[in-house]
Amino acid sequence: MFMSIVNADETKITDTGLPKELERSTLCLPDVPESEVVRHYTNLASKNFGVDNGPYPLGSCTMKYNPKYADRISSLEKFTDVHPYQDESTVQGILELMYDAERKLAAIAGMDSVTLQPAAGAHGEFTAMLIVRAYHNDNNEERDEVIIPDSAHGTNPASAAMAGYKVIELPSAPDGSVDLNALKAAVSSRTAAFMLTNPNTLGIFEKNIVKISEIVHGAGALMYYDGANLNAIMGVTTPGDMNFDIVHFNVHKTFAAPHGGGGPGSGPVGVKKRFAKYLPSPTIKKVKEKYVLAHNEKSIGKIRSFYGNLNVVLRGYAYILRMGSEGLKDATVRAVLNSNYLKELLKEDYDIPFGDLKKHEFVLSASGLKREKGIKAMDIAKRMIDHHIHPPTVYFPMLVDESMMFEPTEDCSLKELDMIADVLIKIANEDPDIVINAPHRSPVSRVDETKAAKDMILSVRYMKKKEQQ
Amino acid sequence: MLEWLGMSSADELFADVPKDVRKEVNIGNGMEEMDVVSRIAGILKRNVTCSEMPCFMGMGSYRHYVPAAVDHITGISEFYTSYTPYQPEISQGMLQSLFEYQSIVCELTGMDASNSSMYDMSTALGEAARMCSRISKGKTFLIPEALNAERNSVLENYLTGTGIRTARYGFDKRTGSLLLDDISSEIRKNDVCGVYAEMPNLFGCLDRNVASIKALIGNVPLVIGADPLCMSIVRPPGDMGADIAIGEGQVLGTRIGFGSPLLGLFACRQEHIRKMPGRVVGLTEDTEGRRAFCLTLQTREQHIRRSSATSNICTNEALSAVGAAVYVSVLGAKGMIDIAKKNMERARTLMSMLSRIKGIEIVFDNVHFNEFAVRLQKDPSEVNKALLKKGVMGGVPLKGHVKGMDDCMLLATTEMHSDSDHKELADALTEVL
Repeated sequence: MFMSIVNADETKITDTGLPKELERSTLCLPDVPESEVVRHYTNLASKNFGVDNGPYPLGSCTMKYNPKYADRISSLEKFTDVHPYQDESTVQGILELMYDAERKLAAIAGMDSVTLQPAAGAHGEFTAMLIVRAYHNDNNEERDEVIIPDSAHGTNPASAAMAGYKVIELPSAPDGSVDLNALKAAVSSRTAAFMLTNPNTLGIFEKNIVKISEIVHGAGALMYYDGANLNAIMGVTTPGDMNFDIVHFNVHKTFAAPHGGGGPGSGPVGVKKRFAKYLPSPTIKKVKEKYVLAHNEKSIGKIRSFYGNLNVVLRGYAYILRMGSEGLKDATVRAVLNSNYLKELLKEDYDIPFGDLKKHEFVLSASGLKREKGIKAMDIAKRMIDHHIHPPTVYFPMLVDESMMFEPTEDCSLKELDMIADVLIKIANEDPDIVINAPHRSPVSRVDETKAAKDMILSVRYMKKKEQQ
Repeated sequence: MLEWLGMSSADELFADVPKDVRKEVNIGNGMEEMDVVSRIAGILKRNVTCSEMPCFMGMGSYRHYVPAAVDHITGISEFYTSYTPYQPEISQGMLQSLFEYQSIVCELTGMDASNSSMYDMSTALGEAARMCSRISKGKTFLIPEALNAERNSVLENYLTGTGIRTARYGFDKRTGSLLLDDISSEIRKNDVCGVYAEMPNLFGCLDRNVASIKALIGNVPLVIGADPLCMSIVRPPGDMGADIAIGEGQVLGTRIGFGSPLLGLFACRQEHIRKMPGRVVGLTEDTEGRRAFCLTLQTREQHIRRSSATSNICTNEALSAVGAAVYVSVLGAKGMIDIAKKNMERARTLMSMLSRIKGIEIVFDNVHFNEFAVRLQKDPSEVNKALLKKGVMGGVPLKGHVKGMDDCMLLATTEMHSDSDHKELADALTEVL
């Protein structure tokens, strides 16, 4: 299609019945047979690596196997062919499933109410910050700061800033966890909320969580739980029991919905009872065996059109039903076990800072290899591609030099874990030239990202315009 | 494995979790796959679908035909089970597909650059307003009086903490077209950072005044929200002086799905690229000089810039964007033009049929795309309930969206609506009114 788009003829537009000042003159899109379109995208797909292709230990992304029954459910016509403004009596089925999905998510997180509206994790964070704002406004309190640890996902500060908050970055303690004294010094009557993921991005459980909550609540601020790492704690503890007030979920991580090459995702938000009235509109209520859409006057309103990415929610809901209480806990236990096993296999050859017991993910550093052989984290990542393993998250968290963040998830078999470790150990000990010039077996070799940023060619149209200049 | 780790039980893996925060989950027992599928399918049976009963609702979600090739391609697991293409060497499939999507969006909108999607058109509007404030200094964002209330609420939320307020311009009560004089006077009166207009507008009107806005507002950024199908025959936003074009891409190969998923189109002029929110794919080369694609301009984004990012968005609607690229590719220029014309024809035909019914007034004398407003002599919600009893799902009442139009509803019709669907609606309305 790329060359077809480049070479497309201008198709003239006539006989539209539109007034002349509104009629488009030409449309420059290719007209090719459907067979060619299907071949093109099928061939493109073969240049892509998904969870179904091989191990995907991408840190903080929870790349579980995406069960196929969930796909079947989300493509049922009884769901896909329903309009969002239909009369409530004609959508009782989907409303019931949404209602139950909300209740199950609330139970998993120890919350009281949930909204399914946010379209992604970051969107959930933003929603949560709007709820924080609505709550403080309601109490006539002007609080303009949000405190976030320096190990946090980049979306946390970005979401808080979007909601108009000044971001206070909290330096981590030497052990990688929240520094209680620094937190005590940072909170004040200006603090609106503290955003935290637990376990944090280093894979460390914040064992002082009860004290952290006390400090934050003592200052009149709210505790916000970033749900990106929820897969580490299901059935062991809940954000609610750790005294968090608001949480977001990533259905496309924890609850096995596919990432779709970058979306659609789903980022529901759960709250404790006293914040329920601020949730986005509408909420679903059950009145005498009927499900109805309700509007609360204290609601923050809408954060997107309609009710959320229900195609993703339904997949997650199916997964939750299939797993049950025991299954979810088992997933967590196996995820944490796999992470610790892989870490243990690697600790002779790589530096793994911040303590020995990890949760579902861990961070290793390639700084030793960089010093001794000139091999950087990115080089190792690219070399893993040659071994048919998706690279881990690299250069995050920024606390660790040459960081590589591994999250093998519960779906990684023992054989795969051993294979990943073997490959990493082999890379650490092989000819640096091979590693630095990797990958060698991928559809394209190392891609020039600097050139892309310099040229800024983001469409065929712009490419042609530049060529003419 | 536990033993190898020197642990006697799985509990030791959680030795760092304090006892006083321990909590089991209680959501019931797991189920067999077959039982999960039959339980959910069973509950969904209570829904009534638009193929079971004709439905004339639109207002941001439109039922168009989805070619089977779209489902087939978006169902390939190399696409849908992959993560965001941060590793370009094993993500060329997704990256090139998204680049093609961006190219198609640019051609439809007449813009230079597109991102690889936003959540939906409403959040795209919110992001566009924020982007205007990065381009221009003003503090007022000008929006139509006739704006979908949900979209307006999203916009207000996206403006939280920016110090930007919204002001409204009106529409002509006879034609539904926007009032250019209102825009001029707001520009004189207020410190405007951006102006927003829609094509078609909330009432489905293809408003010729949109083409005259840029001449009135000079350097103030213009945002045009346009239906991508409609753009295949209507002058694109870029041609009407827009700085930013947004749209709802659901119409390009995504089903209505009770409002999910959606697909926010977002494109802009070259000079604004660095101020744009969201992920973008750029053209480049690999070390051997072969054509390749990668995510680019990431220094605008949250994982690099954190609190100073242009937006917090990371996960977007990538798979729907691929679906949109497949949709447009399968239809081709000719197919897109034909669909757009067909939608206009459907609206004309239904309007003319309904205009002959007593108790119905076609509100606006204008060219419509695939949606139009009718004024009813009975309460629109009551009319909908009565229609439902006759086996027809009516339109979307305008109450709560536009002041003074509580007696009106919007009716949408597309290539999916047959003549007999139209007749069913007309007959039912005749009986109800």
